[in-house]
Amino acid sequence: MSEVVISAQSVGKTFGSGAGKVTALKDVSVDIFQNEFFTMLGPSGCGKTTLLRLIGGFEQATSGKILLEGQELNDLPPFKRPINTVFQSYALFPHLTVRQNITFGLEMKSISRDAANARADEMLELVQLADYGDRVPNQLSGGQQQRIALARALAPAPKVLLLDEPLSALDLKLRKEMQIELKRLQTETGITFVFVTHDQEEALAMSDRIAVMQSGEILQVGAPRDIYEQPTHRFVADFIGDSNFLRGDLVDAANGGRAISFGEGRVVNLAADITPAKTKDVSVSIRPERLTITDANAPLDNKLGGTISSITYFGTDTTYRVDLDGGAPVTVRMQNGDGATAPFGKGDRVGVVVPAEAIRVLVD
Amino acid sequence: MGKLFRSKRFWLIAPAVVYIAFFMAVPLMQMAYVSVLERGDYGGGNLGAFSFDAYVNFLFERDLMDNLVLNTDYIQIFVRSFGLSAMTMVFALLLGFPTAFYISMQSQGRRNFLIFLVTIPFWTNILVRNYAWMLLLRNGGLIDGVLNWAGIETGGLDILYTPYAVSIGLTYTYLPFMVLPIYASLEKLDHRLVEAAFDLGADKRRAMKRVILPLAAPGIAAGCILVFIPCLGAYVTPELLGGGKFMMIANLIGSQFGAARNWPFGAGLGFVLLALVLIAMLAYSLKFKSLPEEKI
Repeated sequence: MSEVVISAQSVGKTFGSGAGKVTALKDVSVDIFQNEFFTMLGPSGCGKTTLLRLIGGFEQATSGKILLEGQELNDLPPFKRPINTVFQSYALFPHLTVRQNITFGLEMKSISRDAANARADEMLELVQLADYGDRVPNQLSGGQQQRIALARALAPAPKVLLLDEPLSALDLKLRKEMQIELKRLQTETGITFVFVTHDQEEALAMSDRIAVMQSGEILQVGAPRDIYEQPTHRFVADFIGDSNFLRGDLVDAANGGRAISFGEGRVVNLAADITPAKTKDVSVSIRPERLTITDANAPLDNKLGGTISSITYFGTDTTYRVDLDGGAPVTVRMQNGDGATAPFGKGDRVGVVVPAEAIRVLVD
Repeated sequence: MGKLFRSKRFWLIAPAVVYIAFFMAVPLMQMAYVSVLERGDYGGGNLGAFSFDAYVNFLFERDLMDNLVLNTDYIQIFVRSFGLSAMTMVFALLLGFPTAFYISMQSQGRRNFLIFLVTIPFWTNILVRNYAWMLLLRNGGLIDGVLNWAGIETGGLDILYTPYAVSIGLTYTYLPFMVLPIYASLEKLDHRLVEAAFDLGADKRRAMKRVILPLAAPGIAAGCILVFIPCLGAYVTPELLGGGKFMMIANLIGSQFGAARNWPFGAGLGFVLLALVLIAMLAYSLKFKSLPEEKI
C-alpha cells in the first residue's frame, strides 16, 4: 500500500432535477491505494454503487472529480478507462462462448487472436475453469458464470477491478468459497480491487480497508479491525457486528481522568485517548464480547450492577441479557470455559465489568 | 397437473386450429388438386383428368414441333419478384433498425406511444394509401413539386410506374413489420450487456457490431421474413405504383385465374411460390433455433 490509484475528491452526484431530485453522493473524498482490496460497505441506497459506477465511467459526477494515478477521469468514457467491472448480474455475452467472452476486451485493445486466446487460457486456468472455454454462458452454473465474469474483467489487465456485489446471487457455501477465491485472485494478480457489498461479514473477511457508507457519505475508512474495534459513528458500530448502545453524561472522576455516568452511582472510567465532543447525553457503544459478568459483590472497578433476564447457549459461547440497574439492557457474550456447569442463572444479581478500552464514544 | 395444463391448452388453441383447418387447409388442398388437373376451357379444371402441365409449363413451353424447350419468362417474373422483395426488405431494414433502436432507448411511456405511432398506417385502407403514394410520386406531384420549388430541376421525377415506385410503396406498407420484431428483440436486450461491452473497451460502433446486432439478430431475421414474404405476394402495390407494367408473382397468378383462365397453372404457380417460401422459413428456423433467446 503506497501509491494512490484512485482518488475521489469532493465527489457529488444527484439524479433527476426539481422535486424528483435524489442526492446519491454528497461530497465524498477517498483515496484508494495500489494493490489494495478496498471495500465500500453500506445498506442499499447508501451511494456505494453510484460511487463505483462513477469510477467505472457509467455515470458522470455532478461535482468534484475522480483521478486515476493523478489523471482526471471525469470526461473519459468507460471504454477509454483502464478499469474493468464485474457486474452484479455478471452480464456475460450470451451469444459468445466463454473464450470469446474473455477475449472480447483483448480484441478491443487490438491484441492478436493468438495472444488473446493464450491469455484467455491463462485466465481460465486462473479461475480454475480450464476446460470450459468452448461452452456458452447459459450452460454454466451461477458460480461458474461468476468466475468467467472475473476472468473476462481481469484479462485486459486493468489497473483497477470494480466488483459490484458480485457474490450476492450465490448461495452461502459458494459465497464463502468465492470470498477466498477473490482474495487469492487479488493477491496473485496484484490488481487493485474495489468491491461493493452490503454484507459486513464479507467485507471484514476480504478487505484491506473498508469504507462504511450511509446516505451518500463515507462515515469511516479503515482496516477491518479498526472499523470493528474502533467505530466512530453509531451507524458503523450498529451496521458491523453486534453492539450495546448506552447514553450517559461525562463526570470528572476522582483520579483526574474522565468517566461517564449512566445514572446515580453507575459510573465507569473512560480510556485516556478518548476525547468526546460533548459532555451531556454522550452515545457510547460496547461490543458484547468485551463485557464480562462477575459476582455482584466483587470488588472491581468499572462494574455495573444488574439482573440476568435471559441466557442463550450457543455451544462455544453463551449470551446473557442483563438488565442494568436503572433500566438499560445490555448483551454480554462470554466464552464457555470447561462447560461443566452454568456459572450464572436467570434472575441472578450480577456485576457487569466494562473495561475502559471497550467503551467507544460515537457520533450519532 | 401437466395433463390438465395440456388439455387446457388444447381447448384454448382448438378454435384457431379448427378455423385454420377449414379456411386455409381445405382451400389449399383444393388448389393442390386443381394444380394437377388439365386446364378447363372456361376456367377451373377438368375434373378427373390429371396432368402435370401446370408445373411443366412453369419451366418449359412446347415449340412448333411439340418439343419441350426451356421458357424463362415465368422464371424471370419470379426472379424479378424476389429481387424487388429483397430490395424492399433491405430498404425496410435500413429504415426500420434505427427506428426500432431509437424507440427502444426511450422511456417506457414514450416507447409505447412511439410504437403506437408505428402501427397507425395499418388503420388506413391499403388502396387509399397506394393512391396517396401515386399522388406523391407522380410527375408534378407533391415531391416533384417541392423539389422544383426548392430549385432542383427534376424535369419530371419519372419514378411512378417503375420498380422503384413499387419498392417505395412496399417499403412503406411493410415497414411496421420490420420495426416491431426488431424493437421486441432490442427491448428485451439487457442494457448491462452494452455497459459490459463499453467496460471492456468497445466504443459505440463496436458495441453495436459485436453485442447489439448479434443479440437483435433473431428480431432482424423475423422482420426480414415478415417483410420479404408478403412482398412476394404483393398484388395491389405493383398493380398501382408499377402501373401494371411490372408483373410480379401475385399479378401473374391473378391473371391466370382471371384473364388467362388457366386455373391449374395459377394454382401450380402458387405452390411453387409456397415451396420457395417454406424453404426460406426452414432456413430461418434452422439458423436461429440454436440461439438461447429462442428457448422457451
